[in-house]
Amino acid sequence: MNPSFSSYNQFKDQLLAAFRTNEARMNGESRTPVHQVRRAALKQFDLLGFPTIRHEEWKYSNVSGLFKEAFELDELSPITTDDLATLEIPNLDGNILYFVNGQYHPELSRIISPAGQVQISSLADALKADADFIGSHFARYADYQDNAFTALNTALATDGAVIRIPDNTTVEQPIILRFITDGRQKNIASQPRNLILVGQNAEVTVAESYRTLGDRASFVNVVTEIVLERDARMQYYKVQNETEQSYHIGTTQVNQTDNTHFYSATVTLNGNFVRNNLNIVLNGQHAEAFMYGLYMPNGKQHVDNHTLVDHAMPNSYSSELYKGILDDNGTGVFNGKIYVRPDAQKTNAYQSCKNVVLAPGASMNTKPQLEIFADDVKCSHGTTTGQLNDEALFYMRSRGIPKDEARTLLLYAFSQDVLSQIKIQPIREYLENVVTQKLGK
Amino acid sequence: MLSISNLHARIGEKEIVKGLSLQINPGEVHAIMGPNGAGKSTLASVLAGREEYEVTGGSVLFEGQDLLEMAPEERAAEGIFLAFQYPVEIPGVSTTNFLKTAMNEIRKHRGQDQLDAVQFLKLMKEKMKLVNIDQSLLSRSLNEGFSGGEKKRNEIFQMAMLEPKLAILDETDSGLDIDALRIVAEGVNQLRSPERSTIVVTHYQRLLDYIVPDYVHVLYKGRIVKSGPKELALELEEKGYDWIKAEAEVNQ
Ligand SMILES: Nc1ncnc2c1ncn2[C@@H]1O[C@H](COP(=O)(O)OP(=O)(O)OP(=O)(O)O)[C@@H](O)[C@H]1O
Ligand SMILES: [Mg+2]
Repeated sequence: MNPSFSSYNQFKDQLLAAFRTNEARMNGESRTPVHQVRRAALKQFDLLGFPTIRHEEWKYSNVSGLFKEAFELDELSPITTDDLATLEIPNLDGNILYFVNGQYHPELSRIISPAGQVQISSLADALKADADFIGSHFARYADYQDNAFTALNTALATDGAVIRIPDNTTVEQPIILRFITDGRQKNIASQPRNLILVGQNAEVTVAESYRTLGDRASFVNVVTEIVLERDARMQYYKVQNETEQSYHIGTTQVNQTDNTHFYSATVTLNGNFVRNNLNIVLNGQHAEAFMYGLYMPNGKQHVDNHTLVDHAMPNSYSSELYKGILDDNGTGVFNGKIYVRPDAQKTNAYQSCKNVVLAPGASMNTKPQLEIFADDVKCSHGTTTGQLNDEALFYMRSRGIPKDEARTLLLYAFSQDVLSQIKIQPIREYLENVVTQKLGK
Repeated sequence: MLSISNLHARIGEKEIVKGLSLQINPGEVHAIMGPNGAGKSTLASVLAGREEYEVTGGSVLFEGQDLLEMAPEERAAEGIFLAFQYPVEIPGVSTTNFLKTAMNEIRKHRGQDQLDAVQFLKLMKEKMKLVNIDQSLLSRSLNEGFSGGEKKRNEIFQMAMLEPKLAILDETDSGLDIDALRIVAEGVNQLRSPERSTIVVTHYQRLLDYIVPDYVHVLYKGRIVKSGPKELALELEEKGYDWIKAEAEVNQ
């Protein structure tokens, strides 16, 4: 047996054992509907196993690096506010929740919105307080039948954020979920699970941010389920600024109903291996989804964005723009699926993916996939992958702007189409700074 | 100011500039004319420092310094400006932001203080009036979606802002309506001084009515084959290039 195969089995066995440990610790909770779902998900994970590159959805993203590390699961961290100082986002205000190694840390967190505007709790607390309610939503949207990582998360999820916004309410302050892996001592794996329910005609802005402290390996396998009731509006940002030793695999599953508006931006600044799935079901008329993405792998980083927009009902609209800057030996994947179901007449769906490849060792794989079963629809898609425009560079230099400066200016402008979408100003400024620094290297 | 002698340049395997010599003194305006494909834009690009063109022989001195040794941005800082025949679109960068960056880089190179926002705006307002250009155009992405005439006018605006010692205008007149042509010419004439020089590449005598040159040169097959006073442009307009070409073949 080759070593990577044995470590694959070791890791899988470790995860299966963790499930049994969790279960043994439960007191009554093991009979809840949620736990029945976990059991089913564990079975499915056992059956599916980790995907290999022979799997169509994982053709360009090889997860085998995960098995070279030995991870600690459910490792508590003694982290303090002082330890977090280097990870601060300057001037950030709002509801800020810290999850360290997957577990909620109320002593680091700050919830400022009044309870009448929004109910925010940890999944662990919500499971204790209202298991039936969680049971009526948990894993109802994010499919675990075909996705081993979603199955794994569903089986092992014990903590994360649960956010509920009542009907006709605008949450004035943004909600920022900060997922920190404390990799100062050990390699850490975590399985955060979030549930966000936006009531009728309610509005909220939520950001997820991912960081790792220290230089050990981290593995975050996250699932976020989002439901927008009719007329609801949401801004959703996922920001990753991880390390050269981090693995991130995540699925955001969005269920939209009539007249809902969902605006998202997924920004991957750094990370060794990143896979983001963004799945949106437009299950209502006049629903609108906007998806923006920016990724800039350099070194040996790998960033894979898979998006799926499922137009299930008539008169819905989706618009997608993903942009990539790839340097050194960085690699990227964009896979954008658009389904237009037979009933979804008068659908408008637009998709665009633009990439700049700065070095001969860097590469990008793009695959738009349109499956259209209705006849009265407007769909377009386009992908471009090219080098930095030499003509533009020369033009700028001929006006006195040095080469590196010109290059940074052009790439920064390229990234602005995505960053300018982010309405939480301190987060946008933070991203702009990191982008500028990274481009200046 | 500029002294080009026996310059040879090629792109790939193709030699385009083939032994070109030209002398420009401070304060002079030189017009360069010549048939399509003669190498006029190539010469302009070589002077501005485009790396795709390989200089295989000859020399270019600018104020006594070896121009060919300098990077394009250094040439700009030393006072060379090229108004492009086909200005390039720079998506996501406004003219204002672009020029502010360019001016401050040039000032840094020259050891001058950076312009603050107020000083920059004041200068911009002044020059906008000069070339009759609208603020809304300057806030848009540079050249993106600009009409042909707007692009050319924007080139002259940039020139007015940067106040180069040697401006090279590559067919800045083509695509301009009569009013714009006059505005562009005024922009150039405003800059005229005993220290500044201009090279005007054009196909039309029309522009030279406004920007009166001291010399007219004909570039053909990569060399200056004829030079004369401003009246030469009139003669070319009347008779075309055939007689020049014939002369040039004989002299070869
Ligand atoms: N990148 C290139 N690759 C190959 N040939 C080139 C390239 N650039 C220019 N040339 C050739 O060099 C010659 C001179 O071109 P140039 O643009 O300098 O002419 P010009 O005198 O400016 O013409 P016009 O009056 O049409 O603007 C032409 O034959 C042109 O096709
Ligand atoms: Mg030309």
